[in-house]
Amino acid sequence: MARLTPDNVRRCRDLIGLYPQSRSALIPMLHVAQEQDGWLTPEAMEHVGEMLDITPAEVYGTASFYDMLFTTPVGRHLVSVCTNLACLLNGGVELLEHAEASLGVAAGGTTDDGEFTLEEVECIAFCGAAPCLAVNWRFFGSVTTDAFDHLVDDLRTGRLADEVPPHGTLCRVRRNVGLTAGDATATPVAAPAAGTTEGA
Amino acid sequence: MLTDAAAIVTARLGVPNSWTLKAYLETGGYAGLRKALSMTPEEVSAEVMTANLLGRGGAGFEVGRKWSMLAKPRPAYLVINGDESEPCTYKDHMLLEADPHQIIEGTLICAYATGAAQAFIFVRGEFALGIERITAALNEAYAYGAVGPNIFGSGFSVDVVIHPGAGAYICGEETALLESLEGKRGFPRDKPPYFPAVKGLYMQPTVVNNVESVSNLPWIVLNSGEAFKGLGQGRSTGTRIFSLSGHVRQPANFEIEMSKTTFRDLIYDPKLGGGIRHDNQLKAFIPGGASAPWFGPDHLDMGLDQDAVGKAGSMLGSGSVIVMDHTTCMVRASWRITRFFHRESCGQCTPCREGGGWLDKILHRIESGAGREADLDLLLDICDNIAPGLSWPPQKTTICVLGPSIPSSITSAIKMFRDEFLVHIKEGGCPFG
Ligand SMILES: Cc1cc2nc3c(=O)[nH]c(=O)nc-3n(C[C@H](O)[C@H](O)[C@H](O)COP(=O)(O)O)c2cc1C
Ligand code: SF4
Repeated sequence: MARLTPDNVRRCRDLIGLYPQSRSALIPMLHVAQEQDGWLTPEAMEHVGEMLDITPAEVYGTASFYDMLFTTPVGRHLVSVCTNLACLLNGGVELLEHAEASLGVAAGGTTDDGEFTLEEVECIAFCGAAPCLAVNWRFFGSVTTDAFDHLVDDLRTGRLADEVPPHGTLCRVRRNVGLTAGDATATPVAAPAAGTTEGA
Repeated sequence: MLTDAAAIVTARLGVPNSWTLKAYLETGGYAGLRKALSMTPEEVSAEVMTANLLGRGGAGFEVGRKWSMLAKPRPAYLVINGDESEPCTYKDHMLLEADPHQIIEGTLICAYATGAAQAFIFVRGEFALGIERITAALNEAYAYGAVGPNIFGSGFSVDVVIHPGAGAYICGEETALLESLEGKRGFPRDKPPYFPAVKGLYMQPTVVNNVESVSNLPWIVLNSGEAFKGLGQGRSTGTRIFSLSGHVRQPANFEIEMSKTTFRDLIYDPKLGGGIRHDNQLKAFIPGGASAPWFGPDHLDMGLDQDAVGKAGSMLGSGSVIVMDHTTCMVRASWRITRFFHRESCGQCTPCREGGGWLDKILHRIESGAGREADLDLLLDICDNIAPGLSWPPQKTTICVLGPSIPSSITSAIKMFRDEFLVHIKEGGCPFG
């Protein structure tokens, strides 16, 4: 629960450098902040605001509009079960009910150990494999109740740690070049790719 | 009829590591960009105009014509819409993961043709793997000299930025997307005056095109607009990806020739949907995403043709076809769609914000057995307030068309399955359990 780390401040500066107007970097910076702490702490949001010269209220006002940005703590694994039409037609509601019973929390809740937050979500664009869900936005399709329990087990024991990073980590590939088209002196963006999902 | 037209945008599906530069180059990648750079921007635009490529994001506007409407002030920007959130549409998600270089190449061709100063690819935040793949692809493309300064030695320079969204259906609407890209809440802007081509990103002229739309550009440049126009019929040219979902045996993304292929082919052909699960009866299908009015079995022989579907009172929209068999409760289906719109309304306009909520509540009450006879008229009356006359396309009462799309599923369900609503009300519960 803190302000951004020096490394994350550098990442945010690089993001700001990509846009004609700095405020465009706000949402990408909030993803960095959420990667750091798993959710958006007031301190991190204030820090982001300072870097963009906007008030904490403006940061919060934007963040609170978006479903993926959490201004209160969430579990290490955000389990997002879809019940929109294609999933509804293929057992998505029953899957959500099973998930609630299996994790012992209602949709919207977090398990006592802080491992899982369960949410009911709108279409996640994986409808060929309905019913489907995502864990920290890594997708799982044709999920039977048995498959759900196995998945939870694998997540708990860390067997899926490579495929499913902790909540908040969106993109593990870093852009490794700055803006170069109009400015030959532009410096490359900091850290190169830190492992990709290629082959996954 | 299922034609043997070759795939254009999904041609690389199944190629091992199709998302890498190596695989992309081995399969002809960046040849379209090279060729485009040897032409003038006007020549490139002319090919796209000839192709009559219709936008694949939902509105179906001609891509070439959109470019020609770009206002003169500079800088102009290019924004690629990869926010894909229309329920049951999942083609852009697949393209982002399977063929990100094709999106980048299409983006660059578009930037060249329109003279954009900078391009942004707005990717739905939830697509974590897609964002990783296209970020890695962009790094490769820069190193290869396809993006950045003096692309392939042509003298043309442009930067591309991958911009992750943060979860909000409304940000797929182009003006909301621009607000979001400016770091704000995703509130749609009024049109006029804020047509993106005139006052778009940072109030500068901006082209907004969908991910699948631009994925067609390398092929069009390489093979000519005439060749593209040779596929399909009438204004519905080329091939298009349809996201098939619901009660079919083989729900998947299928790229098929427009207009010549029918809904029956898509749903029943063994190479496509493979028919209804368990050999059940088809009850209804939605031809173009949750926003679209529904069709019944009597529309099965209609071609996947933008104008034909429009004339019949619906739309091809986002290219998602949702199939419901005879076991489906239509009250529940329309309630679920309505709840989606209620949840995703940005809240700026009263008919959408309040009307959506009322409709959600009334449908829920009918589905759960507490409905009243007067509820059907009440539903239609509220729908009529949101979209006066219940015409299609709907009349404008709100800033964007999310609001006026809410009545689609409700008026369709009541028109086609009125008895089912009445049974819910009379028997005090859902007959489907
Ligand atoms: C409520 C709403 C949601 C939309 N969602 C999307 C979307 O997710 N992806 C998309 O490309 N277009 C979406 N659109 C259409 C865009 O506003 C815009 O027409 C499109 O991106 C233009 O690209 P195209 O001409 O290449 O199709 C949406 C429109 C509305 C009104
Ligand atoms: S119609 Fe609905 S979503 Fe569109 S601007 Fe109005 S309130 Fe927002």
